[in-house]
Amino acid sequence: MHRCLNPKTRLRICLQHREEIAGMGMKDMTCAQATAEALMEEMTRDDTVFILGEDLVSNGGIFCQFKGLPEKFPGRIIDTPISETSIVGCGVGAALTGMRPIIDMHFADFVTTAMDEIVNQMAKIRYMFGGQAKLPLVLWAPDGAGISAAAQHSQSLESWFVHTPGLKVVVPSEPSDVKGLLKAAVRDDDPVIFFQHKRLFNKTGLVPKEPYIIPLGKAAIKRSGIHITLITYSRMVYVCLEAAQHLAEEGIDVEVIDLRTLKPLDFALIEQSVKKTRHALVVHEACLTGGFGAEVAARIGEELFEYLEGPVVRVGAKDVPVPFSPILEQHVLPQVSDILAGVNKVLRRTRQSIDIPEIAPAQ
Amino acid sequence: MNISKEEKLALFKKMLLIRAFEEKTEALFQQKLIPGFVHLSLGQEASTVGSCAALQPEDYIISTHRGHAHILAKGGEPRFMFAELFGKATGYCKGKGGSMHIADFSRGILGANGVVGGGFPIIVGAGFSIKLRNSQQVGMVFFGDGASNRGTFHEACNMAAVFKLPIVFVCENNGYASTSPAAKMIAGGSVAGRSRAYGIPGYITDGSNVLEVLEVVHEAVERARCGNGPSIVENETYRYKGHFEGDRQKYRSMDEIHMYRKKRDPVDKFEHHLIAEKLLTNALASQFKAEIAARIEEAVQFALNAPLPQPEDALKDLFATS
Repeated sequence: MHRCLNPKTRLRICLQHREEIAGMGMKDMTCAQATAEALMEEMTRDDTVFILGEDLVSNGGIFCQFKGLPEKFPGRIIDTPISETSIVGCGVGAALTGMRPIIDMHFADFVTTAMDEIVNQMAKIRYMFGGQAKLPLVLWAPDGAGISAAAQHSQSLESWFVHTPGLKVVVPSEPSDVKGLLKAAVRDDDPVIFFQHKRLFNKTGLVPKEPYIIPLGKAAIKRSGIHITLITYSRMVYVCLEAAQHLAEEGIDVEVIDLRTLKPLDFALIEQSVKKTRHALVVHEACLTGGFGAEVAARIGEELFEYLEGPVVRVGAKDVPVPFSPILEQHVLPQVSDILAGVNKVLRRTRQSIDIPEIAPAQ
Repeated sequence: MNISKEEKLALFKKMLLIRAFEEKTEALFQQKLIPGFVHLSLGQEASTVGSCAALQPEDYIISTHRGHAHILAKGGEPRFMFAELFGKATGYCKGKGGSMHIADFSRGILGANGVVGGGFPIIVGAGFSIKLRNSQQVGMVFFGDGASNRGTFHEACNMAAVFKLPIVFVCENNGYASTSPAAKMIAGGSVAGRSRAYGIPGYITDGSNVLEVLEVVHEAVERARCGNGPSIVENETYRYKGHFEGDRQKYRSMDEIHMYRKKRDPVDKFEHHLIAEKLLTNALASQFKAEIAARIEEAVQFALNAPLPQPEDALKDLFATS
């Protein structure tokens, strides 16, 4: 039996703990619209902000994420040749010389063509030159699977960049976070890798009508509970919320933390939550081995061991490239059922008392 | 172009400074005062000095692993450079960069890059920045013959040409990419010849002749400054030392090195030229050399006496906003 949650109910769950935007008037918009609105505001405010990448002008980006910007800011949204290495390096050079570039990576998977520019240049230039330089740039990268885009257009590569000192890494889930965090990333004086999940561009949510910022490095509780903490980010926030709803029917009250930023990491919020629930499950779409969940689990083990009443468990994709066929892709990616099984492992339960819903693959 | 006597003497003094700096660095490395790797550019002085002389103070350069000369030619201070080579707190990068990563942003030196071919995309970004700010600056990227075979070179040349960015690509072809002869590794015969593919000017100079280099690079710089886009200049030069200090150089003969030193030494050639032109006397040349030796000595003493960083300084300077 598939019990689909009303999306509006879920959003109310999401928004009730949002201190940055509490009490503000709201409007509905998609993640793509939130992206464009954030940049509209930042490009109006600061004329050193510009966007460089492939195929941006004619459609406002391949996910319409920059819709309206090319008309509003002619010459500041620049279509380049297909030269990702150079595009990313350009961001570094422009940031070093007084601009605030936003580099559109087209697909997050293509970072591999610019790893020297990201890892050896962008991340290190400020440090190895003794703090002389400032690199205010955003590397904007649509990531994630679930649209049958196959192995080279579906990855979640965030842990590579978390593992590279000198980079900040942002992984928002809902429109209001996208907008507030993107504005913070643009204003930040350091390089920020900003991942947006491809399947969330059309996701709607309430976004404040007034301008606001969500600082980097602050996680948010998207559902509060007392029995177990689910620590997650990006699209898995929604999957965790769905799992939480099912567990609620069994009397298990789940807390869901949306990390929003992986670096800097808001460990204080994790600590506060885990001290309360004494149980932790980390969930991400990236493959399990060496993923960010390992870092979170290790840190909980190191710092909160005496509070734990069960093992810290990770849920992630299976350790294979993302396959094409929907049935294969679904098998590889974490599902609600995997999260329910993970919760059982943490709580050391053996009984599965409810039907495990099947999520239909995206169209 | 007209180059005044004063300008020519300034070029000569800059070449002497670089020669003295590199010879001193070699000695200090042998005395084990410099940790890590050192890549010397002895023999390439005319290429570097002639190229940088075509720039204004506000113009940008990006250098390479063989970068001491570029920093000095753009106005870098020997004392902060030696302090950096020694890993001292008062070095250009507070001891975090070393020989391969010296930068002086106050002089438009966007840093020496340890990745061969790493500078190309970055200078293109500086070019975009210049254009978007409506500034009159020019960006110059130095690279070796080896770097011209990186994909970054192609992407950067194409992009700079497509957007007519104010950039000069200066290849210092010193004959060897590490241990591999340039002639064996560059299809098409030259780096400058690749300019045809991008529809931009390409020049080959006698990289041992500082005046020729200056004249050609000046033309490329002015073209860039006027909004007419990038150029490639290939200075044919020669390095006297190995790829790095300690390189046993089995890939070339000592005779070859001696031949270049004897017949094409850029410093000697320019000195003879200036004397023949009666712009310089032997006495004045000796005086210059003594002044520069004293300046280098003072810089080394400054660096030797400079404090070491505190170990915990290793944790600073990662982020501008924490």
